[in-house]
Amino acid sequence: MSQSTLFEKVWSDHVVVDETTNTPAMLYIDLHIIHEVTTPQAFTVLRERALPVRRPDLTLATMDHSTPTTPVSSFKDLAVVGESAANQIRQMEQNCDEFGIDLIGFGHQNRGIVHVIGPELGATQPGKTIVCGDSHSSTHGAFGALAFGIGTTEVGHVLATQCLLQRKPKTLAVSVDGRLPAGVSAKDIILAVIGKIGVDGGTGHVIEYRGDAIAALDMESRMTICNMSIEGGARAGMIAPDDTTFEYLAGRPRSPQGSGWDEAVRRWRALQTDTGAAFDKSVSFSADSLQPMVTFGTNPGMVVGINDPVPDGGDDPSFRKALDYMQVESGKPMTELAVDVVFVGSCTNGRLSDIEEAARVLQGRKVADGVRMLVVPGSQQVKNQAEDKGLDRIITDAGAEWREAGCSMCIGMNGDTVGQGKLSVSTSNRNFEGRQGIGARTVLASPATAAASAVRGRVTDPRAFS
Amino acid sequence: MKPVKRIRSRSVVLPTKDIDTDQIIAARFLTTTSREGLGQSAFYDLRHNKDGSENAEFALNKPEAKGCNILVAGNNFGCGSSREHAPWALLDYGFEAIISTEIADIFRNNSLKNGLIPVVVDDATHEWLLKNPGAELEIDVKRATLVLPNGDSVPFPIDGFAKYCLVEGIDQLGYLLQQSDKIVAFEEARTWTP
Repeated sequence: MSQSTLFEKVWSDHVVVDETTNTPAMLYIDLHIIHEVTTPQAFTVLRERALPVRRPDLTLATMDHSTPTTPVSSFKDLAVVGESAANQIRQMEQNCDEFGIDLIGFGHQNRGIVHVIGPELGATQPGKTIVCGDSHSSTHGAFGALAFGIGTTEVGHVLATQCLLQRKPKTLAVSVDGRLPAGVSAKDIILAVIGKIGVDGGTGHVIEYRGDAIAALDMESRMTICNMSIEGGARAGMIAPDDTTFEYLAGRPRSPQGSGWDEAVRRWRALQTDTGAAFDKSVSFSADSLQPMVTFGTNPGMVVGINDPVPDGGDDPSFRKALDYMQVESGKPMTELAVDVVFVGSCTNGRLSDIEEAARVLQGRKVADGVRMLVVPGSQQVKNQAEDKGLDRIITDAGAEWREAGCSMCIGMNGDTVGQGKLSVSTSNRNFEGRQGIGARTVLASPATAAASAVRGRVTDPRAFS
Repeated sequence: MKPVKRIRSRSVVLPTKDIDTDQIIAARFLTTTSREGLGQSAFYDLRHNKDGSENAEFALNKPEAKGCNILVAGNNFGCGSSREHAPWALLDYGFEAIISTEIADIFRNNSLKNGLIPVVVDDATHEWLLKNPGAELEIDVKRATLVLPNGDSVPFPIDGFAKYCLVEGIDQLGYLLQQSDKIVAFEEARTWTP
């Protein structure tokens, strides 16, 4: 038998109809996560064609993107997010009701960002195919699932048939070896990876993250890494499941239970790339000399070590345009920059360990005058766990805002925006022009870097606070 | 879906690299529940000044851009989000094809499903197109070629199935639904259940 990669094993386990020259493969989807923003038009198609949702039991529905992060007790309170967002939220409730899908809606203790609650509930599991109308679906690959973002037409395909038409992508091995220095985290690894391969380096590929520095990471860190695969152009990023994965999943509500658990773990253990299996491309990194990373431009590939000078883009007009937008100069480190807003949250860094990382820096300190800091838990469960540990008090004592769960300022759809021309240090995933609101200038960073920057009021190396 | 066989138009050029989905359509326009009428939101923050007035300097606002249905963009177009609102907005704005050296995966898939043709060309052709805005171009979808004003024919890659669906106006959901027996058989034959 030929040697296979982890990706190939999961792919071949889900092929309903083989790929031919003339037709793509038909791939079965084990978990379809849906949210309010990218589904209404798909439900409209189902309604027009009188089609049911084929597997409501394999559909996990919540609301996260356009939802308020201030407490909401009734739909009347939705005025805070504006009329069209409120309408979208109501539409989601109606669609789920009409098509028989359980909705994790307002007031539900499990509500949160799609890519935070899937793993939290144990719905995300090794070897599954997982899709969602959201490009950060790659997050779930941290469990050895094949997970990728799809458009709304494809959301309709999965709702109606539980299948997708797909051409088999290529594979890219990203190996990270060595030992991560203190004060450097998973976010810094993935920013460094994207800085090296570029925002289109993974186009057409599924990434497998490998190496001892990856194996040493906990699940939340692995999710941060896989989450940003799309920022390197790859629709999916995967990490082979191991004991860390199984320990995380054990006992979660939707994880296999009893004898089903032992059987599942046996099956999951086989989800490893075989020795000698070939990847289409490979890159490798050492974690040993990694430093905290920040972005300086307007895409996640424009990244620099926190104490290094911003590079010189030569006469590339796109590079110059990015630096002009960011009001950043080549040759100077990012630590010169004054900060207006700090955002800790998102599907990249909105989990308990991320909030702990920020709180460790904030403990006994104050957010600098004139800086607004928002800490938004990725789910209501994360919120509850953080409050049980007293992290909310550390955060609010420091002068930061502590909010309800949601995508919030990562995408700025719900009214949480940075402000025209203001500089934000953000633990989210995209520093595109206007991503965090019109004219917002975004510096992507780890939770520790974000919190340190909030305290000093300038982009700051978090190791100064350790 | 309406068949798309051939596109003839002058080009308009946005030379910026890595134009992302947030520039194509910003998130604040995604609170809609319809796919109609998104053209007015396409490239909104580039087409307008901070005070909301029209940015006369932006390529799409120049008089010569009127009626141009082919967009030539800098390297790597459409990176970022999975929002299908991006091709919906571009189509509603009047674009029928995007030409670049690379087009991001999810954006390309979404475009093909809506009849917006992603055309990836070699560096030399791209360079020429960037330098010659307003060029009269023809895209023959069936032959998968871009025909330049001098008559040169440049082939571009397009998935055979996607091309067949575009040219014949076939909707992929119909194709998937025809495979229902195979889906049932797959579900019944599985050794584990999700």
